[in-house]
Amino acid sequence: MNSLDELIKKMIKGDRRALGKIITLMENDSSSSAYIIPKIHYLTGKAHIVGITGPPGSGKSSIVDKLISYYRNEGKKVGVVAIDPTSPFTGGAILGDRIRMKKHYTDKEVFIRSMATRGNLGGLSEATGNTIKALDAFGKDVIIIETVGAGQVEVDVVKVADTVVVVSVPSMGDSVQTLKAGIMEIGDIFAVNKADIEGVEKCIMEIRMMLELSDKEEGWNPPIMKTFGNKDDGANELYDEIKKHNSFLFDSGYHEKRRIIREKTELFNILQNLFIKNLYSTVSEKEMDELAKKIANREKDPYMIIEELIPRLKKLI
Amino acid sequence: MPEKKLRILIAKPGLDGHDRGAKVVARALRDAGMEVIYTGLRQTPESIVETALQEDVDVIGLSILSGAHNHLFKKVIDLLKEEGAEDIPIFGGGIIPEDDMPYLKGIGVKKIFGPGTNTGDIVTYIKEMTNKF
Repeated sequence: MNSLDELIKKMIKGDRRALGKIITLMENDSSSSAYIIPKIHYLTGKAHIVGITGPPGSGKSSIVDKLISYYRNEGKKVGVVAIDPTSPFTGGAILGDRIRMKKHYTDKEVFIRSMATRGNLGGLSEATGNTIKALDAFGKDVIIIETVGAGQVEVDVVKVADTVVVVSVPSMGDSVQTLKAGIMEIGDIFAVNKADIEGVEKCIMEIRMMLELSDKEEGWNPPIMKTFGNKDDGANELYDEIKKHNSFLFDSGYHEKRRIIREKTELFNILQNLFIKNLYSTVSEKEMDELAKKIANREKDPYMIIEELIPRLKKLI
Repeated sequence: MPEKKLRILIAKPGLDGHDRGAKVVARALRDAGMEVIYTGLRQTPESIVETALQEDVDVIGLSILSGAHNHLFKKVIDLLKEEGAEDIPIFGGGIIPEDDMPYLKGIGVKKIFGPGTNTGDIVTYIKEMTNKF
């Protein structure tokens, strides 16, 4: 038995450090995932996956903190994946979502993992999907994914959840603008957070109007909840709605349909990453720079170059 | 495409009143391309070790201003041992008298950075220590 097998075995038995290491391996390198996932995939599929998304500063982490408490009160084991942006300038990131979840730091049944968005080439979706599987195989009953949801990649990440909560804040005209950009359609539940500040009714009305325009074929009417940061008031009801939505998915048969959509998204992501990786090993970054120079100097056009590359691209896999 | 990144935990154990220095270091490490997990003020050694395990960090940096460094560093190191994670290197910063440094080195603290340290030196030190870049 090699050391990676040993690590997987330890993880399945409940070793927290082994789980931490396995997530790192899969985040850093798809070939590790190709070894690890086949060994854990068949143990997964039991956890309820909850996505929480909304603009920066809307209070997602505080809401997650409350939800963890409720789940723990019912004896549920909780995993959290908190995604924060990587700086596009330096490639570094400060991951601070944990700060809002302080009271769960030493609860051994709560596993919080911070993840940076890293490159733009699609690795995030693959890494998040695999991290969810690892937490599931580890035995978590609920897995919460928290992300800003700005940009296609992050929307993709949260879209795969069983239940998606979209958080917004009143008096931030822009927040609804942000929501319009694509996360509005994926919300199963809407939380208007910091509902004690002015403009809450207007915010609720705007969300309601937008919802009336979209049609959800599943027959679930997304509720709009008022929440107040990390106060119990409101968070309690939000928690109930999340559980209600989960029951709805099972009763209506949409649970399986969503899972199929999720696996399709994952499969697509993995394939896409594989192609990109192979593309870079076939046509180096340096060569791409040279080709781009020719296009810029009007010596060649992009399609002409692709035509020339096709024989090499056919050998990609 | 997946890529490898250094993950660093910057933590403040004990009852310090502010975390200015820790935040400066966190930013400097981020600007050097690292992923910095920052946990905020007033952490216990237990919570720091638990975070280090969950986040699978390559290095732990502890900032202490309160004077309780001897006790807090020892506690963190002991707990790491209990979890079989003593291989995660620890460095420190804050207000730590010269006289206490031999003791801290002795229990396994790799390096202490005092006030006035150039953040670039910390970056270089971490990169050399982890030997990954």
